[in-house]
Amino acid sequence: MIRERLIFEISDKGKNGFRFPKLDVPENKSLNDRIPMRDSIKDFPQVSEVEVVRHFTRLSQTNYCVDKGIYPLGSCTMKYNPKINERIAQIENFITSHPFADPEMSQGNLEVLKTLEDVLREVTGMDAFTFQPAAGAQGELVGMMLIRACMEERGDPRKFVLIPDSAHGTNPSSAHICGYKVKEIKSNDSGTIDLDDLSNNMDKDVAAIMITNPNTLGVFENQIKEASEIVHSKGGLVYMDGANMNALMGICRPGDMGVDAIHLNLHKTFSTPHGGGGPGAGPVGVKKILEPYLPVPRVKNKDDQYFIDEDCPKSIGRVHSFYGNFLVAVKALAYILSLGPEGLREVSETAVLNSNYIRKSLEKEYHLKYKTPTLHECVFSDKYQKQYGVSNIDIAKRLIDLGVHPPTMSFPLIVHGALMTEPTETESKADLDSFIEAMKQIAEEAREDSGILKSAPHNSYVRRLDETAAARNPKLRWEP
Amino acid sequence: MYPENFRYTKDHEWVKIEGDTASVGITDFAQSQLGDVVFVELPEIGEELKSHQTLGVVESVKAVSDIYSPISGEVTEVNEGLNDVPEILNQDPHSKGWIIKLKIKDKSELDELMSASEYEKYLEGLKDEE
Amino acid sequence: MSYIALSEKDKKEMLKAIGVSSPKKLFDCIPGDIKLNRDLKIPTAMSEPEVMGYFNECAQKNKNSEYISFQGAGAYRHYIPAAVDYLSSRGEFASPYTPYQAEVSQGTLQSIFEFQTLICQLTGMDIANASLYDGASGAAEAVLMAMRINRKSKVLVPKTLHPHYRQVINTYTRNLGISVREIGYDETGRIDTTELEKNLDNNTSAVVCQTPNFFGVIEDLDKISAYAHENKALSIAVLAEASSLGLLKAPGEMGVDIATGEAQSFGIPLSFGGPYLGFMACSKEFVRQFPGRISGETNDIDGNRGFVLTLSTREQHIRRERATSNICTNQALCALRATIFLEILGEQGLREWARQNIQKANYAYDLFKDIRGVKAFFSGEIYNEFVIKTGKKWKEVESEFMRKNIIPGISLERFYPELEHCGLVCVTEVSRKKDIDRFAEILKGILAG
Repeated sequence: MIRERLIFEISDKGKNGFRFPKLDVPENKSLNDRIPMRDSIKDFPQVSEVEVVRHFTRLSQTNYCVDKGIYPLGSCTMKYNPKINERIAQIENFITSHPFADPEMSQGNLEVLKTLEDVLREVTGMDAFTFQPAAGAQGELVGMMLIRACMEERGDPRKFVLIPDSAHGTNPSSAHICGYKVKEIKSNDSGTIDLDDLSNNMDKDVAAIMITNPNTLGVFENQIKEASEIVHSKGGLVYMDGANMNALMGICRPGDMGVDAIHLNLHKTFSTPHGGGGPGAGPVGVKKILEPYLPVPRVKNKDDQYFIDEDCPKSIGRVHSFYGNFLVAVKALAYILSLGPEGLREVSETAVLNSNYIRKSLEKEYHLKYKTPTLHECVFSDKYQKQYGVSNIDIAKRLIDLGVHPPTMSFPLIVHGALMTEPTETESKADLDSFIEAMKQIAEEAREDSGILKSAPHNSYVRRLDETAAARNPKLRWEP
Repeated sequence: MYPENFRYTKDHEWVKIEGDTASVGITDFAQSQLGDVVFVELPEIGEELKSHQTLGVVESVKAVSDIYSPISGEVTEVNEGLNDVPEILNQDPHSKGWIIKLKIKDKSELDELMSASEYEKYLEGLKDEE
Repeated sequence: MSYIALSEKDKKEMLKAIGVSSPKKLFDCIPGDIKLNRDLKIPTAMSEPEVMGYFNECAQKNKNSEYISFQGAGAYRHYIPAAVDYLSSRGEFASPYTPYQAEVSQGTLQSIFEFQTLICQLTGMDIANASLYDGASGAAEAVLMAMRINRKSKVLVPKTLHPHYRQVINTYTRNLGISVREIGYDETGRIDTTELEKNLDNNTSAVVCQTPNFFGVIEDLDKISAYAHENKALSIAVLAEASSLGLLKAPGEMGVDIATGEAQSFGIPLSFGGPYLGFMACSKEFVRQFPGRISGETNDIDGNRGFVLTLSTREQHIRRERATSNICTNQALCALRATIFLEILGEQGLREWARQNIQKANYAYDLFKDIRGVKAFFSGEIYNEFVIKTGKKWKEVESEFMRKNIIPGISLERFYPELEHCGLVCVTEVSRKKDIDRFAEILKGILAG
């Protein structure tokens, strides 16, 4: 297999061909004497355009991607990215608009942001949104900051935030950066929040609970209203991690469950491309109680005129250089307008159908720690395969041989050897079946020929990479 | 497999007494759970530690774990070798992989810790829970 | 539109396999009193031609294409080579997830590794990460990083740092017991070093300095770093205009410990402010406190070179409450655009690009300052932006320019009340001589009247 070299390894003097027009103003030679300039950029690549194009074309072909096949990563909602959204996000007047342009010059942009806010309010049952957070994790941080600001105004920010043991690691991290200490709430045998444990831990020192619904096991927190009651009764607020919104659209709304603040992931639920790790967007929706604290500026309208409101004295401030990831918001709005109310409901119904189909088809071969009904994702474990010395990592690496991307591994922490599986609604039955067949083949190989799993993958561009060496002796850049 | 003359904690640390000094490390079970160790965060010499207080952090490729001090005392030595070769913790956790040495404050704290056989029984119990 | 790929027959077979009569039964686990039981009140679905039509109309309400703009201030109008859009729109780059399964993500991981290397080369620093959200969050993360390194709680931030970046730093540090002290500027437009010295002490964690700064003036990073180090504080450089790295002395050559900023200039369109591209680089001794994702080189079991996300235990999904920062994502596709941009331009292209920026801006600066009634407000050397002051209110000047389809820059009074009648003018390589000359003519005309 031909290995793609690094661009620095094919670089050579005199090869770069990009030309600018000749300088059309008279050259001022004195600048070189007045301003400290660099000599050269040491070892900076010099390559031709054809080499750059081939380099990245070949590199791209070593990536698996949603455009290629099923990508059942739990908690990530790897759904198909509609191509019309890409074309819309490239409209000239969107991409060339400067963020400091006056509102009168940017009415189209402001209409996009306000319209997206209005539809998301309806979808989630919340009262107001901010689009500044550039990612889900940043949205979470903003959500916690809003809660803290509200508590501070009441006179006491309080000390703790309650987080279920099934939560994603960003949750405790966001709480910590806001100056809160974390207390873990246990999950019960159904995999949902243990209300007794919650009651015991909820007091006047707790500012909020951070919940995910459906939770990271794919289970709907059916006692969420009761949980919210417990928290509200002691003056706390309820934050929801909205990463799993794909199961709920048109079915039920966080705002109707006692949630005070929620972040959404536009790059998950609302189909904007993941890009190999961004850019995404993590807008935060709030109930009226938290609206005064939202990041500034806010986009508002009076009839058909849109304007920017910077007069928000209680705002937590700014979290982004400008308006957030605007082009990502454009794509999300295009998606919602393309689907309409029935379309969004169909998305959630089909996401849940597809996931339950996989669950039913594999529940004999793979252990499910919790027997509770699940919605859009479910968490298998490697328990049955462990007896043959096969772990979830081996299963994942063998799936690569069979042409499928593995599910999310080793998360949530409450399931040992987890394989969190979320197909999303855009998979065909044939693609679902190919995943199911691959998993069944692996279960059989675990019994008959576990060696082939432990040495997988065999056919990929690179095989198992030494992550230990990478962490012990970090090589983080090319050197000549 | 677990040295008789050590004492053990529920968080999988061991402590070995030599007169007024104690050596502290993590057990073989702990290192096998962590996987390949890539980094160890050590305390400062002279730091006063209370029993159960975090003395440092062990990082493997995929996980991070606090190390708790089994007893109270003042840190007199830290195993600098772990900075260059963190894998000693995996290879020889009970001997060359010692982490810190402490001047013991209160010998009676040792009574709260487990003996080797008690620790081994404790590990059996954990396995059943899985 | 629908992107569901199941036929009626498929659905029937799947429901049969699951053992339920209809998809709605799968939601029985949701209590009835929570269920919505009505349609969402959002616009009815649009077909592809309709949704395209809606957005075309919407975009027409923006007026930017009718004007020639001289706006900068953290968002820069530059040329983007065709290959950047072409390559970054490939589905293999746009549609995968974060490269956690390294064996099937080498394209993404190797591109990130190249990006990291390019940032190191440009900034002259040892290590760089896979990118951050934007320049403002980069500045905030750099401050938090300095705190983690030396455990001190005071940071000095100049008024010449972009006002939005300062606001973001305040938002991030407010709940962490960190004191942020703002330092003023002098008549050159640079940090007032006397005020800086007065405020530097052993409690100072870091000194932050933007260069070229918000006024377009080039700061003396050597001097600032020296002051910082004398007091055992870290020197943090923030760059909002990354193209300046093509020509100006690199932060790494001037004693800087952490270099961060905005790389939007590297092939990312203005996009009404986002998505943009934060970058960060630092000295290798700080690697354990470094936020963000990092791609590292390693080998596979056959001895072939490959790349993996590494040092992951700094990150919050593993460290949880002990995390070095909150960053879970980078801006991978934007970083890819920047990587392609930099490799297409190459060393020669990059130098020529920066040269044209500094030359055209200085041409404009010299031309405008000689106009009666115009003052080039700061005396410091500039890169591609500068401040002018006239006898008239900037809003008035701006209205006159707008009538001639030019946006002359950005009013500074809203950020600096003391800078009445001042505007920040940005000139890049896409500004033509005739546009600059026309600007001067119009300005002359406005002030003569």
